[in-house]
Amino acid sequence: MDANEQLSLLGKSGCIPSFVEKISAIKNPLRAKNIDVLQINAGRRCNLTCRHCHVSAGPDRTEIMSKSVLEQCLAVLRSHPIPAIDITGGSPEMNPHLGWFIDEAGQLNRRLIVRSNLTLLLEKEYSHFIDVFAKNRVEIFTSLPDYREYRTDRQRGDRVFRRVINSIRALNSIGYGTGGSDDLCINIVHNPAGAYLPGSQAAIEHEYRGHLLADFGIHFNSLFCITNIPIGRYLDYLLETDNFEDYLSALYNSFNPYTIENVMCLSTLSVGWDGTLYDCDFNQMLNLTIDSEAPRNIMDFDIDKLSNRRITVNNHCYGCTAGAGSSCRGALN
Amino acid sequence: MNYYETRDLADFQNIAEWAEEQGKKFFEYYDSATMGGKLSEREKSLIALTVAATQNCPYCIDAYTTKCLSLGISRDEMMEAVHTGAAMMAGITLVHSTQMRKIIKKKEM
Repeated sequence: MDANEQLSLLGKSGCIPSFVEKISAIKNPLRAKNIDVLQINAGRRCNLTCRHCHVSAGPDRTEIMSKSVLEQCLAVLRSHPIPAIDITGGSPEMNPHLGWFIDEAGQLNRRLIVRSNLTLLLEKEYSHFIDVFAKNRVEIFTSLPDYREYRTDRQRGDRVFRRVINSIRALNSIGYGTGGSDDLCINIVHNPAGAYLPGSQAAIEHEYRGHLLADFGIHFNSLFCITNIPIGRYLDYLLETDNFEDYLSALYNSFNPYTIENVMCLSTLSVGWDGTLYDCDFNQMLNLTIDSEAPRNIMDFDIDKLSNRRITVNNHCYGCTAGAGSSCRGALN
Repeated sequence: MNYYETRDLADFQNIAEWAEEQGKKFFEYYDSATMGGKLSEREKSLIALTVAATQNCPYCIDAYTTKCLSLGISRDEMMEAVHTGAAMMAGITLVHSTQMRKIIKKKEM
């Protein structure tokens, strides 16, 4: 389903008022506060086709960020003290320039995050990334929808769970997630494996920690709950299973006004594979570009205009404001 | 219109209508009784699901099945909890046969 069709569906749903209307009394318009995170989508190619993927990433996708766009991201980072660099995809490892980029970004002394599905790390072609990540003190975020194999594999594909577990073991063996002096950090992302919202982040982390240690002997630093956003392949799933309206209603009924002050778009700038700028990775997949008062491409980066830009919102934004709130770094409060 | 509508679950938050003070007190009690304490939120959600199933409340079954899923509780665990409730209900039914048996023994020649 293309972006316009998705937006049309989200807008047509008669079961909820529009997000713009909902937040108008709280914050109108929603404006960025600063840029604390430059989130770079290195491409939509992925070796997996997860059912919850908002990117609809997969092996057949051809969109890959070029070296010139990555060079411009580095130029922006060198010129501005943006504290965190967050690399996502697709599978970022499938971008041929990722190793070079991480080595360059690693010299900038910023928080450097890579969102990896971990299923490639033990394959010969990609195994060098373990050293690249460790050398540059990359903080790894990996999606593991459940600590039980059958639930993870139903969402992410056959044998994904085992491969992720084996990769975490390999990362643990070099100090990731073990709390050693190297402070190498691996965080797990929990997304519900179905049409429901995540529960308490602390409670779920407690369950994962106990089970993953007892069953597989593996360690991780933190767990973050991310609400599935009703776009991309997850939207297809909701429609196919007749859960779409109920899920949107659940998001709407769980709206938490206190999340508005902390939603990630207020402090994140998202760069698409072709350099186009967005307020978040979700807007990126819906082709909802930055508001016209600010530059719309990384080549025209202007920190002053972008730091205070008006945020583009739509009904999928209920996903970030439901319950405890949701962001790429987990619950909001 | 059906007697039970799925979307009516969302109306639960409005039950304080026309009796605000009692409704407010109920929700304070409800929240305090269902949040994690000496028992975890997980354990309490399984208890709530079991009660919902035994009392045939479609709203509560919907709400607590979803909550159990959100907390990562497996289908096996939920089904075990429902069986506990079913066994309790069966036992409660059977133990009441005591009254019946006492009456029969008293009245039958």
